[in-house]
Amino acid sequence: MDSVQFLSATRLAIVAGKGGVGKTTVTAVMARAAFDAGLRVLVVELEGKSALADLFVDTPIDVLAITAAEALAEYLAAHGLKRLSKRLSTSGIIDVVATAAPGIDDILVLGKLKQLERSGVYDLIVVDGPAAGHAISFLLSARSLISAVRSGPIRAQAEDVLEMFADPTRCQVFLVTLPETTPVNEVIETAYLLEEAVGVQLGTIIVNGIDQGAALPDPDLVGDLVGSSALPQPIRLAAQFRNRRRAHQRHECARLNAELALPQIHLPQLAVAGIRADDLPPLARALVHAIEGLE
Amino acid sequence: MTALDRVLTEAKIVVCCGSGGVGKTTTAAAIAIHAAAIGHRVAVVTIDPAKRLADAFGLADGLTNEPTQVHTVHGSGELWALMLDSSTTFDDLVRRYAVDSAQAERILLNPFYRNIAGSLSGTQEYMAAEKLYQLHRDPRFDLVIVDTPPTRSALDFLSAPARLTRFIDHKLFRLLMLPARSGLKVLNFAAQPVLRTIGKVVGGDVLADAIAFFQAFDGMEVGFRDRADAVMSLLHSTDTRFVLVASARRDTVAEAQFFATQLVETSLAVAAVVINRLQPSFGDESVEPLGPRATSQRRALWNNLSELRALAAAEEAVLAPLLSQVDPTLVHRVPLFDTDVHDVEGLHQIAEYLFAPT
Repeated sequence: MDSVQFLSATRLAIVAGKGGVGKTTVTAVMARAAFDAGLRVLVVELEGKSALADLFVDTPIDVLAITAAEALAEYLAAHGLKRLSKRLSTSGIIDVVATAAPGIDDILVLGKLKQLERSGVYDLIVVDGPAAGHAISFLLSARSLISAVRSGPIRAQAEDVLEMFADPTRCQVFLVTLPETTPVNEVIETAYLLEEAVGVQLGTIIVNGIDQGAALPDPDLVGDLVGSSALPQPIRLAAQFRNRRRAHQRHECARLNAELALPQIHLPQLAVAGIRADDLPPLARALVHAIEGLE
Repeated sequence: MTALDRVLTEAKIVVCCGSGGVGKTTTAAAIAIHAAAIGHRVAVVTIDPAKRLADAFGLADGLTNEPTQVHTVHGSGELWALMLDSSTTFDDLVRRYAVDSAQAERILLNPFYRNIAGSLSGTQEYMAAEKLYQLHRDPRFDLVIVDTPPTRSALDFLSAPARLTRFIDHKLFRLLMLPARSGLKVLNFAAQPVLRTIGKVVGGDVLADAIAFFQAFDGMEVGFRDRADAVMSLLHSTDTRFVLVASARRDTVAEAQFFATQLVETSLAVAAVVINRLQPSFGDESVEPLGPRATSQRRALWNNLSELRALAAAEEAVLAPLLSQVDPTLVHRVPLFDTDVHDVEGLHQIAEYLFAPT
């Protein structure tokens, strides 16, 4: 598949997955690949994390942090309540509002994302989505609010968000996982929940941390074939270890493929997990390479 | 004797903390399975709604908010497991402190209360602490082990009881009861600009529910506050020990350092550190380099060892700042196994790295 076509297939890409699977890495890599392809890119961070801004200090890619409190203040200002919004946001009113109607903080954030998506300023907006369990309630907030709130501006907001979810050219969710038993189980569970309950289109599944090196010979056979001295113990153990881990990774990817009919993109393992700015260009090239390998 | 062996002889409560994805649940389960094997009557609480702990213990029916005994464990003790249901735990607390069942019902049926119990940030942490307190006082158990919610800060867990009572006892309550106290009728809230604004955003019904909740709650604040104080002092007592769980990733190491600092600042000591999934280096033995005429197959095998050892060295470099911050005798290293841990046998395999041989 053409990588530019892939990266501009949807305008809002929400990257989701459980803690530790590399959501932030995937967000940064997608943004970087799109930027390298000449697209206008915005990166959005939720929940006040700041890792992404640090990754792009030397790259002209816009990074925006959205918090529920700011989204509420903006919402109030847009509805002619600017003076109040100033007083309210300083007194922690978002807690009160969010408690009174849970999901309202999420819908305000989603509303802001929808507004950015509609503005047409960016070809691709990549969102480092909320962690684990919260991703589902975050994306479900629009649907739950529609059943709870019968009229008014918040309901209209929720309806607009649902309309955006229903259109895969506007919004898709990219699930990230690792090639390991528990993360694969969890991503399968999340994928079904999102498709059934939220009605949003799932993009390619991104499997992070794949050990992609060339296949290793079986250490037992090598000793015999060469007929020279026996292999040192660390050499033998290291080869067995790597072959087993790789076999396990392949097994997990195959299981994921059997249970979820979604294409997979494999990103290589970093030397040490936890991305740095230097890691971005090679990973972005690996992503493009993987996209080009998709049918 | 390892630091965790000492924890098991001294502690009545073990709290595993660390960022998401570092293996807190697995570590808590491995500690629990070992503690039961050496004779403790253990309750292990998981916050993770995924079925991971139930699966690891081989409990096909999953876990509930009440302890279920795990029979797949061998040894002289007992192992019980449960999964925190914060909303049910909160309901129990309301029933305990309500003057009568009518007050309890009024609160439990109120939609605003259901929202607090279900999704107010901090509720889950508070209820985890509350559950610990209940289990600690339950004569069936002599050791309670918990994995904390993946909050960004250790203090979120430690201060959650105080934060939630502050919320119930102060901010909203005063705000919403203001009209009543100044002699106006509560239903005149529309006259209050603040309330009017909230009403505009969330709708009038929702606001009326909130007011009804605070009226129904009236009189229960003292009971709630005293309970929260008792929970807080248990968390800060010498019966409770904190185990910091980390992995060799740059972000989780930074967070673990932050946790360690925070715990020290709150005058709580880190009793043990567990670093999960470390790249093994296959012994200390150095391997002689290959001669120029070695086969490509041999070369591949030699390169593999040096790649994996370089990875292990890179992880050490990432861990160095954390390791320099904590007492080295507290640190337990668990290697990455060649397959994933997902059953009792795997948990025992991890426990071998946490405790001295028995």
